[in-house]
Amino acid sequence: MNGDPRPAAIARRLGEVGRIVAVSSGKGGVGKSLVAATLAATLADAGRRVGLLDLDFAGSSAHVVLGAARGLPHEDRGIVPPVVAGVRFMSLVHYIGEAAAPLRGDADANAIAELLAITRWGPLDLLLVDMPPGMGDATLETIRLLPRAEFLVVATASRMALPVVRRVLGFLQELRVPIVGAAENMAHGAGSVVAAALAGVPFLGALPYDPTIEDVVGDVPALLATPFGQAVREMMRRAGLG
Amino acid sequence: MHEWALAEGVIETALRVAEERGIDRVRAVRVRMGRLQQIDPDIFAFALGELVKGQPPRIRDAAFEFEHEPAAFECRRCGTKWTLDAAPEFSGEAPEALDEEEKEAIHFVPELAHVYLRCPSCGSPDFQVAAGRGVWLAAVEGSRASTGGDG
Repeated sequence: MNGDPRPAAIARRLGEVGRIVAVSSGKGGVGKSLVAATLAATLADAGRRVGLLDLDFAGSSAHVVLGAARGLPHEDRGIVPPVVAGVRFMSLVHYIGEAAAPLRGDADANAIAELLAITRWGPLDLLLVDMPPGMGDATLETIRLLPRAEFLVVATASRMALPVVRRVLGFLQELRVPIVGAAENMAHGAGSVVAAALAGVPFLGALPYDPTIEDVVGDVPALLATPFGQAVREMMRRAGLG
Repeated sequence: MHEWALAEGVIETALRVAEERGIDRVRAVRVRMGRLQQIDPDIFAFALGELVKGQPPRIRDAAFEFEHEPAAFECRRCGTKWTLDAAPEFSGEAPEALDEEEKEAIHFVPELAHVYLRCPSCGSPDFQVAAGRGVWLAAVEGSRASTGGDG
């Protein structure tokens, strides 16, 4: 008998959530968290009810992009995520701040199940999940525990990143996981390299490289006004999310 | 309260198990509670009692029985074994004692033990929670109307 009570609790907790989109890549350092958090803030700005769950425990950074202050979330028959920049935001950072979370696979998977079981999102049009790099526990647990999840894949035109991204896409396709599309981040042009390399997957657009983006990380209105922020808004439309 | 979320999960999971096994009347649901998660048994029992009222007849009269399991750890680096009750982080007197927010973090996500607890011998956070992690459905007991037998 599988006596784990959490999968049933998770299904109930997500009962009022519309689409679930995992922002993934396979490769680290391509800007998943920046894209995920900016997309969440853009959706909120467009009047959508949106949540963001940071599952990148070792590399949590979505809170930095949103400018979230530390503090324990409100408790009410579970955890009610704080609203940051219009986004219902859940992260282990609420509990551990900048402390390291050295979690092996089983602990990582357990922490994901626990976060999903305790978080009360309430009614949402869309829940975004900021994924860690790789195809490990977070990806496998997202597929197992969130069977409705679709994947939005972020790539760069790097010859190191593209094969890894292709591998992730192949793996997702093999499991028949819905793929929203792929976006090229840190782009210097129209994103034709990624569009060509990932043919067969809807291309969601090029998000321009901006060396000054660091200056507006944590300042959501300024971030949304940058060319990068505008490109994320266009990506949102092209992906049919907003 | 985390207890409510877990109570919902316990009832739904018990109902699913009862359906799978053809148990028409659930008499007792045994729930193992690992000490690490620091579940408040009174709140948990209250939540289960409230939530079960709105459930199908199959489970509505079930009694919920708790088994309390001490938390035990084993260090992967040096092999030391210890228990939560013996951990200095959970002793009010020790300098390593955790504050309420840190204990609450472990209550919500027991894996945060790896952030706040250390092996008492070598100081490593790389330990295994060998027992007593959290809430688990241990058994669903009841009878089948068709056969009159116990399930």
